[in-house]
Amino acid sequence: MSASKSEPPLLRARGICKSFGIVRVLDEVKFELNTGEVHSLLGENGAGKSTLLKILGGVHQPEKGEVLLDGTPASIPSPQAARELGIALIHQEPLTFPDLDVTENIFLGHNSTWRSRLRPIDWKSRYREARRLLDSLGVKLNPRSRMFGLSTADQQMVEMAGALSQNARVLLMDEPTASLTPDETRELFRIVGQLRRSGTAIAFISHRLEEVFEISDRITILRDGQLVATRDREGTSPDEVIGMMVGRPLEKFFARPRAEPGKPLLQVQNLSLTGRFAGISLEVRAGEIVGVAGLVGAGRTDVANALFGIRPADTGNIRVREKNVALRTPAEAIRLGLACVPEDRQHHGLVLPFQVTQNTTLAALRRLFPWGRVRPGKERELAETYRDRLDIELRAVDQPTRELSGGNQQKVVLSKWLLTEPEILILDEPTRGIDVGAKQEVHRLMGELCRQGKGILLISSDLPEILALSDRILVMREGRLTGHFTHDEATAEKVMGAATGQTPTGAPAGAPPESSEPRHAGDNP
Amino acid sequence: MNDLKPPPGNERWRSLAKWIGRRPESLTLLILGVAFGVSSLLSPYFLDLYFIFDSTSLYIEIGILALAMTFVIISGNIDLSVASGLALVAVVTAMLHVQLGLPMELVIVLALAFGTLLGLFNGLLVAKLGLPSLAVTLGTLALYRGVAQIFLGDHSLSGFPEWFVGADFIKAGGLVPLPLIIFLLLALVLGLLLHKTVLGRYVYAVGANEAAARYAGIPVDRVKLAVFALSGLMMGVGALLMVSRLGVARYDLAIGHELAVVTTVVLGGVHIYGGRGALFGVVIALFIIGFLRSGMGVANIPSENQLVVIGILLLAAVALGNVMEKLRKQ
Repeated sequence: MSASKSEPPLLRARGICKSFGIVRVLDEVKFELNTGEVHSLLGENGAGKSTLLKILGGVHQPEKGEVLLDGTPASIPSPQAARELGIALIHQEPLTFPDLDVTENIFLGHNSTWRSRLRPIDWKSRYREARRLLDSLGVKLNPRSRMFGLSTADQQMVEMAGALSQNARVLLMDEPTASLTPDETRELFRIVGQLRRSGTAIAFISHRLEEVFEISDRITILRDGQLVATRDREGTSPDEVIGMMVGRPLEKFFARPRAEPGKPLLQVQNLSLTGRFAGISLEVRAGEIVGVAGLVGAGRTDVANALFGIRPADTGNIRVREKNVALRTPAEAIRLGLACVPEDRQHHGLVLPFQVTQNTTLAALRRLFPWGRVRPGKERELAETYRDRLDIELRAVDQPTRELSGGNQQKVVLSKWLLTEPEILILDEPTRGIDVGAKQEVHRLMGELCRQGKGILLISSDLPEILALSDRILVMREGRLTGHFTHDEATAEKVMGAATGQTPTGAPAGAPPESSEPRHAGDNP
Repeated sequence: MNDLKPPPGNERWRSLAKWIGRRPESLTLLILGVAFGVSSLLSPYFLDLYFIFDSTSLYIEIGILALAMTFVIISGNIDLSVASGLALVAVVTAMLHVQLGLPMELVIVLALAFGTLLGLFNGLLVAKLGLPSLAVTLGTLALYRGVAQIFLGDHSLSGFPEWFVGADFIKAGGLVPLPLIIFLLLALVLGLLLHKTVLGRYVYAVGANEAAARYAGIPVDRVKLAVFALSGLMMGVGALLMVSRLGVARYDLAIGHELAVVTTVVLGGVHIYGGRGALFGVVIALFIIGFLRSGMGVANIPSENQLVVIGILLLAAVALGNVMEKLRKQ
């Protein structure tokens, strides 16, 4: 730590612990920010980066640990309190008021006492002050123009000006570049550099490694809520950082005997949906698991939704069992033998107030009861069959589904889809947020389904999972396929490289550059 | 839906309490008992069986609309146009028969079809355009009533065939009026539809979690169309009964009744945000309000005081239901 030898760090967080429900998202994390430093946080999705910034910004409260400001313990019970301490959180999507003008947005939250709220505002001086702040940032914006219609980048500038107006010494930036163009990013970096020179401490989150290496003084890597390392930029390399991001000890995965895949079940060519994904081609054959890796927001769920008829694609060709099909609704998809375990279990996967029995039969009601009369006895029987088959822990099958744990809820979702007797299963983050036992059960079930000749498209942000289970791995980045690996050639580094757009040095050209035609899933070596 | 086999002894009470918590309509049943008791205390005439049955005809149209409203609300929607729609169907019915001279048998069929059409119009706007049902039916609430007034102005039309007028005077066993019998039959059929069929399950699923219903392949749009069409059909049935009972059609029939209908459904234990409730509770709630009203009526309690009682009853029922829900969750 070259930067801080004499003076104590401006901000120091240590022993920070935070859980959401039963999931521990931060575990004894330490993080420091020096005056005039840009310190980046890196990690996979769900590593705890955003949560850490939100704790420092007063949005969340840690269960354990302390935050020291200038060496003295500080409590940050709210974003308002953070602002008063000189800490400002800049969100990925700027939180601004579109109907107010730039100046009003800058000075929002200034009037923190009732007396000041009731006093008339001196607009003249406010506009003058806004002008000065914007000028100091080198931003060409009219303080009187309405926020509505401003670009994301300009809105961010207004947020930053707002932070400066309150003399923020610490800027916490959560993926500020995620929705910026390269030019806007360069402009943002110019301002960040300027603020750093004037002594502001900046915490920065980005998924783009090249950005992180361009702008940071120090880099901290988090993994599964734990601190892996803090490094000076000069003392590390992208390769080392990727290794630290993914290098988690491999869990014991269900070893699946790999059989020769059978006939193609699902073939997708050049599928595109404006603004979401483009040129997606893939193939799932009987008895194989095709993994789709990528970062959050890479468009993987959008592809799944298009294949299942939730939000159909604009263009492209889909073939199911080698016949052209139009998938416009989930009902059609189900008829064709597709099933989709959605990413959002609580909102899309289950009707939570329904009994377990009712959720189990929900997607198959028409087939089970063609005459339209529901037979509760048969429903109960089916629910009990699946309870035993998937080892679902519950009090009674007529228990409301919301009372079950996450893992058991997910098993109910799987039961629901198994009951439709699908040929092709799209599993979108099927093991996210569920306990180890349930996870193994899901993996075991996936193996069993493959043996029965079903095809599985597995979307997962859990790299070890996707590496262990998939016969082939596709990687998506920003709506496009950027990588395609067989089980044997895939490594965490290669997949992560394709997902972040950072080709690891020395690796064979497994990830084709974005411009080239994505390889067809069919022409697998 | 839930088979109830209470174990012996103390367990019996605990499971009874649990059952009450699980079935919000059981609370409604309790209130019915109280309402009945209070009404009979208010006036000795109330306990006259003939009077009790006879008075049901006064509010049976509300009940018929409430049956369909139960479907609409459970599906996560609301239909505020029911009373206006009823009036419009009544006016059109009268015009078809009295002014155009179509035979009444045909007009009955046309009235039911026209009502269904009015409901489908609501349903199309909600399901296909994705508009909120509150706004849509607030619009058709005004629209249907307005059209009815354009058609008939301040006139009332009469001149229906003798066999059609006075359905409430036809009494089975000299006691049970025909409208009540029609209502109970409809309640039975619709109760089976809601609680025992795939369509009924779909209505609950759409109301409890529309997105999850869509992911499960449920034709969400068609379910919405169906509940609004049912609501329209009941506007037709209600219009025919009301015209038969009054012998005339006017544009201002059943004015303001949409709120009485929603009140009945909510008092019946149906969750206003959808997904939960039972038809049985709504039937009971109808008779609670009916008994209280006619009980207070024969006791000469002024109608504004009656309104106060109904209002307090509804608030108490909703609050109590909420408390029990929280107790159950603990």
